[in-house]
Amino acid sequence: MVWMVREMVSEILERMAVHRAPFRLEHFFYQCNRVGVGSVPMSVLLSVFVGLTMALLTGYQLERFGLVTLVPAVVSVSFTREMGPLFTGIVLASRIGAAYTAELGAMTAGGEVDAIEGMGIGATRYLIAPRLLAIFLLTPCLTVIGIISGIVGAAFISNLTLQLSFGYFFDEVMTNLLVKDVMAGIVKSFFFGAIIGTIACYKGLSVRGGAVGVGNATTSSVVSAICTVIACDSFCNIVIVTFFP
Amino acid sequence: MSTTSNILVEMRGVKLKFSDKVILDGVDISVREHEVLVILGMSGGGKSTILNLLMGLIKPDEGELIFKDEDLVKLTRSKLNTARSHMGMVYQTAALISSMTVRDNIGLPLQELSEKHEEEIDSIVDAKLELVGLKDVREKLPSELSGGMQKRVGLARALALEPELVLFDEPSAGLDPINSRLIDDLIIGLRETQKVTSIVVTHQMESAFFVATRMAFLHEGKIILEGEPEAFRQSDNPIVGKFLASYSEHKKDKK
Repeated sequence: MVWMVREMVSEILERMAVHRAPFRLEHFFYQCNRVGVGSVPMSVLLSVFVGLTMALLTGYQLERFGLVTLVPAVVSVSFTREMGPLFTGIVLASRIGAAYTAELGAMTAGGEVDAIEGMGIGATRYLIAPRLLAIFLLTPCLTVIGIISGIVGAAFISNLTLQLSFGYFFDEVMTNLLVKDVMAGIVKSFFFGAIIGTIACYKGLSVRGGAVGVGNATTSSVVSAICTVIACDSFCNIVIVTFFP
Repeated sequence: MSTTSNILVEMRGVKLKFSDKVILDGVDISVREHEVLVILGMSGGGKSTILNLLMGLIKPDEGELIFKDEDLVKLTRSKLNTARSHMGMVYQTAALISSMTVRDNIGLPLQELSEKHEEEIDSIVDAKLELVGLKDVREKLPSELSGGMQKRVGLARALALEPELVLFDEPSAGLDPINSRLIDDLIIGLRETQKVTSIVVTHQMESAFFVATRMAFLHEGKIILEGEPEAFRQSDNPIVGKFLASYSEHKKDKK
């Protein structure tokens, strides 16, 4: 994996040294559209339902102590710092990571990657760079959309079942949500994007054994990406809580 | 000196092992400019590996791979990529990019490695397609083409950058006799009209004798015979003799 990233970076630098674009912009925008625009519906849907469920269950517990007014603060902070980035990571690992691995795997198995390399084009630069950059840059954007969707879902159910007005809910969100919470969520999501993209592309390029190999690599890619994202999330939380309390 | 300057490709003592299996055990072979070298040998004997070594897709454990007086093994990646742009390879499976049209497949090396504008690229694509006898497939996807057409598009792509060396990996495998002959004619045409040097790996004896100006036989990782096609026919090497006899007997049986 380190080899792949190193090759890609050095191919890009060599390309830029001769004043050529590192990759074609149309490829990058195509990947951005796929990763970003294409993932919005799934991310929004998932986040709304998770936000809704979270508010419902939190409210149900806090109601017993007469603290139902804390729901907006609890939901918004936890969604911004934790649930939003994590669920976006899981959505992207399963949707985009799987697609990256499958298509690069099929290209590897079909000899297309070797053909690109054999032409002297640089397969990692040509194939990996636009994909990796797109997922790296678009994961934070999707995370923000996911966070907003989750909070809206929570506000909706709070209004229906906990009698918290939309105005009160959003006032509380604005009061309790700190810049560092938002930053924590966004910074984590950059890492998640890089992890998902790198694992997916590496698994795709490492495919051996035709169609079965592609299937196995895709499964392995999704499982590895989700596990690594969750592990990275825990690590980031430890660092954030320790150094930025 | 005049002899060496005429040599475009040279392999010196090339050794390669995959795990414990010896694939190449000291291969020495040279290819002169404007010749068609056909490499023969048993299946799984390492013939295609030689082509992959020349393309720099794998590195040998030992030995030198000289192309245009430079050792490909020692080149930095950017210099290797430059060397690769002087070569073209026609793969056994064509290896066209399945998501791209024929036009984009042939135009890919031009877009990525040259400074040409789209209009120039279009005209080169058209010229290469005409050369391989496929004028009306520009906007088709590889999956919409037959095996023979895919191989010809693969050849057009390999020729896009006007390479000095073209490597053919089983160019006629799986093709009907008409398409097979068409590919053979293209190989000969490239040598005669465009002075392209070719290395062809094949099992098709008819095709091999038709296109070759020189032949080499790879057996157990070594080149055991090298020479002109006529020398092969008259060779008393038992392995080569058996290989050629199997082909002749097969042909006779069919008759």
